[in-house]
Amino acid sequence: MVMIAADAVPGLTAVQQSYLLQARQMQALSFMVHIPLVCFGIAFPAFILFVEWRYLRTGDELFKTLARRWTKVLVTLFAAGVVTGTILSFEMTLLWPAFTSTFGSVFGLGFAIEGFSFFLEAIFIGIYVYGWDRLSPRLHFLSGVPIAVAGVLGSLMVITVNGWMNHPQGFTLVDGKVTDAHPFQALFANSYFWHELVHMYLAGYMVTGFLVAGCYAIGRLRGRWGRYERIALAVPLTAAAVASPLQVLVGDWAARDVAINQPIKLAALEGLGPTTRGAPEHLLGWYTNGHVEYGIGIPRLLSLLAFHNIDATVRGLNSFPADDQPPVNVVRIAFQTMVGIGSLLALLAVIFLLVRWRRGRLPTTVWFYRALALAGPASIVALIAGWVTTEVGRQPWVVYKVMRTDQAVTGASGIPVSYGLLALAYLVLLIALFWALRRLAKAALPLSDPSPPIDPLIADERALE
Amino acid sequence: MLATIPLLFILAGLALYTVLGGADFGAGLWQLSAGRGPRARAIRDHAHHSMAPVWEANHVWLIFALTVGWTAYPVVIGAVASTSTIPLSIAGLGIIARGIAYALQSATDVPHERRVIDAVFGLSSMLTPYMLGSALGAIASGRVPVGNAAGNLVTSWLNPTSILCGALAVAVGAFLAAVYLAADARRLGLGELQRAFRSRALAAGVLAGLLAVAGLIVVHHDAERIYRGLTSGWGLAAVIVSALAGLMTLALVWGNRFQLARGGAALAVAAILAGWAAAQRPIVLPGLTLHQAAAPNDTLVALIIAVLVGGLILAPSLGLLFRLVLAGGLDPTDQPDVPVTQASARHTKSSGRLAQTAIGCLLVGVVLLTLADPGAAHVVGVIALLTAAVLGFAAVAPDQTALDDAPKR
Ligand code: HDD
Ligand code: HEM
Ligand code: HEM
Repeated sequence: MVMIAADAVPGLTAVQQSYLLQARQMQALSFMVHIPLVCFGIAFPAFILFVEWRYLRTGDELFKTLARRWTKVLVTLFAAGVVTGTILSFEMTLLWPAFTSTFGSVFGLGFAIEGFSFFLEAIFIGIYVYGWDRLSPRLHFLSGVPIAVAGVLGSLMVITVNGWMNHPQGFTLVDGKVTDAHPFQALFANSYFWHELVHMYLAGYMVTGFLVAGCYAIGRLRGRWGRYERIALAVPLTAAAVASPLQVLVGDWAARDVAINQPIKLAALEGLGPTTRGAPEHLLGWYTNGHVEYGIGIPRLLSLLAFHNIDATVRGLNSFPADDQPPVNVVRIAFQTMVGIGSLLALLAVIFLLVRWRRGRLPTTVWFYRALALAGPASIVALIAGWVTTEVGRQPWVVYKVMRTDQAVTGASGIPVSYGLLALAYLVLLIALFWALRRLAKAALPLSDPSPPIDPLIADERALE
Repeated sequence: MLATIPLLFILAGLALYTVLGGADFGAGLWQLSAGRGPRARAIRDHAHHSMAPVWEANHVWLIFALTVGWTAYPVVIGAVASTSTIPLSIAGLGIIARGIAYALQSATDVPHERRVIDAVFGLSSMLTPYMLGSALGAIASGRVPVGNAAGNLVTSWLNPTSILCGALAVAVGAFLAAVYLAADARRLGLGELQRAFRSRALAAGVLAGLLAVAGLIVVHHDAERIYRGLTSGWGLAAVIVSALAGLMTLALVWGNRFQLARGGAALAVAAILAGWAAAQRPIVLPGLTLHQAAAPNDTLVALIIAVLVGGLILAPSLGLLFRLVLAGGLDPTDQPDVPVTQASARHTKSSGRLAQTAIGCLLVGVVLLTLADPGAAHVVGVIALLTAAVLGFAAVAPDQTALDDAPKR
């Protein structure tokens, strides 16, 4: 047996990495591909289950056909979600080994539990998807429930980790080594992750709802508007519409949590240079030299929003050392993009809800459907902008005020090469995904797989019925 | 003691990954080598259909081993990932390529498209296990020192032990896949496919066995410590078990007893992994024992609890999946979608009451989440808002609303 004194346990140390920026971009790229896909894992199973439930209740075959066709879309997106998620797990260690090896004992548990939710999801997706004609209708419906539950559980676990990185606790650090770790406390007793979870969850419903509804909105603009298409549009649209106004309220809550826990991030979001009593809020504009140029200032609004008091003092960026500040304009523009899009989407949702309430039907103006077609991509932009706000706003820290990103990075060379290859692989992935989904969409309605290649004309003919 | 339990989880995870996920890789390989023509096509389709329902679940085992690893032995994972960055990155790219090809396989049936897709799928199905195997070889031959990319980035995976481990991973996957596919073909009553995969299983099995023997010679020269471990004590016992299980499996395949052969093959693989672990003991990386590498006790306890509780949920679910698959409960059917009728609208009850309640909840939510400050108020506020969302959805009743709209044309 080899004996080494316990206190001499070697660890990983910070190294010089000239491609830190590329490593960060690689991480960001992977998230940007993964997160929109997982929105479908969060919300799509619920939509499908709702439709299948209507089938069980009414016996109307239309619902069954709709649920089956959506299931095929779900599997395709899920496969892409699995792949990109696996890459993220690799990257946690490949790009940030010093981070993982220092704090794995604190946050790792979250991912380990997440692994089980992945299992549940993958197992029941297999059963649900391939069991359509094999299981009894009721059993089949039940086999879909764990998928929806696992979607929630999975995002809960990742977000506890992210919440911990933004608001670390539950460990003791001595000479850069964790000597004492309380993972349950670190992850779940943390007040910070709740707003992230609710906000992300609603975002999942918005992204999935607006994207799916948007596809049928485009169909309607092209004249495809049977009973099937109307229902396929109304279900996701309604889900997104009830989520959107709430998202504004939850976002405001998130901002207040940030104000309390991460004053640097708040100051960056708002481009606030000097510490100010009764601070104004600036819309648009560009941050230079400690203030926002060309912005529209609204006096005292920031103090009111962040601290519920028009005279509250808000700490500005100038009160922090320069190398503790995140890239202000990136964070600020991302934040404003998210809020702008979020407000517009909430408006669109309210219009829909009002029309439904007053007239008892779907809107009829072409403009509504044009806007709806744009709402899907816009919600993805908001989603990514939100994550940029959170993650870039936390820079230069990977674990807020504990470990800097440049201390976390790998010492291995060749980052630019793997970055280029990865970007290429994602490009192919996205093209393939798009192509596969087009194929599924073109399959003529009353037929099923394994279908011969469908002549697009058939789909068009249907549209003219 | 505490420090070794997570290692057992990891080994179990790796064994299951090899046995289940490895078979998926192997199936991809057989798709690649099927050639052209209707027979080849039957082989490819069979391989695709057999693994479709279990593909995702099988691959979570890798994630499982990885996450348990970085929670329980963070220093080891950090050192391995930074030194073996090249093979692991290539494995990652291979996983993406496989995922792409897999998603496309279900989306198209056009022959020339399928050929390209199957080729990508097959190639990445060889590349990925090879690279993962060679990263394990780097650990086994002591080429991963503790530290951030402290080892040699190239020779740590281009060395005899790594090459051997990679090749062995590919061969074992091919063998397992052929056995499983033969069993599936037999269950589906596809006599010709059964024979095709039987001979493939025998060939791959012999190859894997030869590689394993060659492996002993290679480690004798390249990884002396492991060699000594494998030729004495528990390591030797594991090697013997593995060899016997392998021979038995070949005999079972010869006799067309595929279901039993699955078990034998799994045992052979699990025994080899256990033997490696025994041989490696007590040192994980040069100069680092398992105990030194382990996370603080609280973490280990939390992790063990989480895995055991998770296992209680996982085991029956996995059992259900595999029972359904093995009983043919998830085999493809050709049942078409039902034609969609343009039935007339059925009018529903008014949803005014629901809408009012939803608005009420919304107001409560605004007061408690947006205006109030205490944390407890926020909790109730969020619940009120989510309730408002559900009630609002019910009030809109999208399926009914859509009925009301007259067709545009
Ligand atoms: C569809 C997407 C979407 C929409 C419409 C909005 N958000 Fe958002 N936002 C996100 C999607 C998102 C997210 C899921 O991407 C983030 C990243 C981290 C998180 O918890 O949620 C986020 C983060 C995030 C943060 C940072 C939280 C942190 O760092 O912990 C704030 C302050 C806001 N949001 C505020 C808002 C406001 C005031 C909105 C009002 C219009 C809004 N968001 C709309
Ligand atoms: C746990 C280890 C993690 C590390 C080391 C890490 C680190 C980073 C880094 C360095 C960036 C790039 C920032 C920049 O370009 O300026 C980034 C971006 C990002 N991270 Fe994290 N992060 C981690 C976990 C997470 C988690 C758990 C989430 C989500 C739940 C997340 C979401 C994101 C997103 C969405 C981006 C993109 C932001 C951008 O466009 O720059 N990260 N992360
Ligand atoms: C460091 C960050 C992350 C890692 C390491 C990671 C890892 C993974 C992995 C390995 C999978 C595949 C699961 C399977 O095999 O079934 C996956 C899927 C998933 N992830 Fe992530 N992920 C990360 C970030 C996120 C974020 C930010 C969210 C959303 C809040 C999220 C939510 C999900 C969901 C819901 C799935 C289910 C699969 C799907 O529906 O596509 N993950 N993730």
